[in-house]
Amino acid sequence: MSVIDAPRLVEPEAKVRKGTFHRFIRQRQAKIGIALTAAVVLLALLGPLLLPWATGYTSTEFAGRPFKPEGLLGTDNLGRDVLTRFLDGGLRLLLFAGLATLLGMVIGGLCGMVAAYRGGWVDSAIMRTNDILLALPQLVFALLAITVLGPQPWVLVAVIGITHAPRIARVTRAATLAVVTEDFIRASEMYAVPKWKIVVQDVLPNITGPLMVELGLRMTYSIGALASLSFLGLGMQPPTADWGLMINENRIALAVQPWGVILPVLAIAVLTVGTNLITDSLARASASLNVGESK
Amino acid sequence: MSTSVVEPPTTTKPVLSAQDLRISTTSGQEILHGVSFTLQPGKILALVGESGSGKTTAGLACLGHFRQGLKHTGGEIHLAGTGNTGSILDLPEQERRKLRGGSISYVPQDPALSLNPAMPIGRQIAEVLQVQHYGRSEEERSARVAEVLAEVGLNNSPAYQRRYPHQLSGGQQQRVGIAMAFACRPSVLVLDEPTTGLDVTTQALVLQTIAELTERHGVAGLYITHDLAVVAKIADEVVVMLSGEVVEKGPAAEVLYQPQHDYTRKLLSAVPDLAGKRQVGRVAVITGEHPVVGRESTAAAAARQQLSTPPTTDGGKLLEVTGLKLSYGKTQVLDGIDFSLAKGESMMLLGESGSGKTTLSRCIAGLNDDYKGTVRLNGEELRPGTRARTPEQRQQVQYVFQSPFSSLNPRRTICESVEVPLQMSGTLNRKQRRIRVREALDQVRLGESYLDRRPGDLSGGQRQRVAIARALVNAPQLLVCDEITSALDVSVQASIIDLLRTLQAETGMSMLFVTHNICLARHISQRMAVLQQGRIVDLGSTDEVLQRPRHEYTRELLANVPTL
Repeated sequence: MSVIDAPRLVEPEAKVRKGTFHRFIRQRQAKIGIALTAAVVLLALLGPLLLPWATGYTSTEFAGRPFKPEGLLGTDNLGRDVLTRFLDGGLRLLLFAGLATLLGMVIGGLCGMVAAYRGGWVDSAIMRTNDILLALPQLVFALLAITVLGPQPWVLVAVIGITHAPRIARVTRAATLAVVTEDFIRASEMYAVPKWKIVVQDVLPNITGPLMVELGLRMTYSIGALASLSFLGLGMQPPTADWGLMINENRIALAVQPWGVILPVLAIAVLTVGTNLITDSLARASASLNVGESK
Repeated sequence: MSTSVVEPPTTTKPVLSAQDLRISTTSGQEILHGVSFTLQPGKILALVGESGSGKTTAGLACLGHFRQGLKHTGGEIHLAGTGNTGSILDLPEQERRKLRGGSISYVPQDPALSLNPAMPIGRQIAEVLQVQHYGRSEEERSARVAEVLAEVGLNNSPAYQRRYPHQLSGGQQQRVGIAMAFACRPSVLVLDEPTTGLDVTTQALVLQTIAELTERHGVAGLYITHDLAVVAKIADEVVVMLSGEVVEKGPAAEVLYQPQHDYTRKLLSAVPDLAGKRQVGRVAVITGEHPVVGRESTAAAAARQQLSTPPTTDGGKLLEVTGLKLSYGKTQVLDGIDFSLAKGESMMLLGESGSGKTTLSRCIAGLNDDYKGTVRLNGEELRPGTRARTPEQRQQVQYVFQSPFSSLNPRRTICESVEVPLQMSGTLNRKQRRIRVREALDQVRLGESYLDRRPGDLSGGQRQRVAIARALVNAPQLLVCDEITSALDVSVQASIIDLLRTLQAETGMSMLFVTHNICLARHISQRMAVLQQGRIVDLGSTDEVLQRPRHEYTRELLANVPTL
């Protein structure tokens, strides 16, 4: 009977694949990404806890004359300690950016998957609404909404999340379209598995690759958008310590006292690069498990 | 493997000869253990073996190409008429690239994947000529394009040359692939299972094209395949490979009809034939004298035979299809289908691609819900679409998909995939479901250890078994199988057929077997229906239809089946 069972003769042992996580962590860029992101996140998380013990000031306290090199890294436009404000200003930015990205991923991901899976008029309705939203520039839409509703934190999160959604929906829809033609979706249909369950069990796990890339990209954009809004004076309101706001407040003295601008800019840049490296390597690690693998 | 291989006396000088070819993975595991063969001009050598036997690796080595992760560790390949006398494997990559497409060319397995979908076919062929600096001018090249298209039996008008690959049928695409390989008048042609995805009529046409071309132009062909029936039709010589070693070689007539090696015999025994004289693996053909499904050889089956009355008479009709019609726009896919299926009976639906056989099977399974007409199960009408049917009806009709590579979710474990039908229909809890899944896997001869694996760890045959287990887990009365063997190796096909027959004997279910592989289906079905353009043109017991086909189309179809 050896012919009948030949596949086992040829492949003596089925290769047990190492997990996605293992393949993720083995990449050098993943390690670098984790290191960069962790550094900034730790700084943002621990910073507020260390105050005022570390620098001797709270973030709103007067520490000397404006733009003078008093303290470790000097003072800002109102004479507050720059290092203190830098340590205190990251957490809110990270938190709001994370929440906004999450909101966008949930709304956009759901819309995209439903549009691709249901097809027909549902698809048209969702995607055309998307197109309308896409026609509005992200920042203009945010400025409009914030001007009307006021610069509260929930408005910031909601507005940035909603402006992300249509972009995420397009990517999700494209990824889902490739999956819904597979026979295992048809098989689930055949067993009358509820449609939401097909989306959750069969579609979602197979599009994690592109979704991860999108997550990283949108996280970067959220950080950028929040920082820009603060810079424009419509995000975090003074006297709150915030990286975006700090750039705005201190840019007039860039030549005299650059730390107030350089520190937040560096932190945002490092964070952005770090999150992108992580999501890139995650996508690469999960890609080999995706559908359409070689026969 | 020291079989007494006698080299046939060669009258002409070989075009290509491979001597003691050794290839191993970069990690040091040897894949080919010293393979030798020679190609004669105008003759076709078939390289036969199963998936993983190294036949494609050997074939690609003739092109001086090694797939990623493989390296050449020993042996030589000599190509006559290139001016250099050394082994082509010693040449730098730059030189080898010049040979490919010019002196040696390659026809890949799937033409749909190998042709550029965004380029007209005429330009694709001209591109090969351009790269190889064939001819002196653009005119000469375009004349050659027209000539080679005519040689492979295609229309060579400028309008046809402007067509894109998607505007051609599978057979035409493959012939374009052959035309590309032939364009520069190579002396060696390596064909890697070029007819695997094609139906019998097209396959016959492509094989004929290849045979004619090689003979007329004195080209040596290396035909890589696992289909021995095709070998019988086309090859002059055969080399049988097993796990990277040549176990038998010689003239086709000798190897195929007086095989010396055990493995060749086993391979041959897995090949079904139209006349049904041969057993496939362990299963004999179903004939008028042996209408009962089961293994006639075992005592248990014999006992069961005596106990149970023949299935054709027990119980009456299970499935009745009347006036089934379906159209997509103006295209009438199904044009009034009527047939019925008795309990415990199995029937094959035969037809070429595009005949509507898959659509018909999907209508019955409820995957298609826009048909007109009625489908009755046990006298009860089934509503169109599985969601409209009752859970019991869903449970009774099960469907197995064509490709096991697509029908299982790669992210879920085998247990999670197989238990879906139970989850949807039953009241079993997680533990009970797992036990039932284990039983179903046991039924398809897969062990408990498969429960928590994922499809990626399994071979094609194993995946198809899992897919069958998913269909069986709810003990259906009707199993609809849609070309379930077409993506698998010949011996694996035989084992799946063997499995299905055993299962049918064990459970007494009915089967609808959609296929274009007549020889194989013959071993599993008592009755057959032949579909052409959405209509049943021939219907009756398998023996009857095969021996006395009533319709012209059936006769044509049967004539094209390659046999040993």
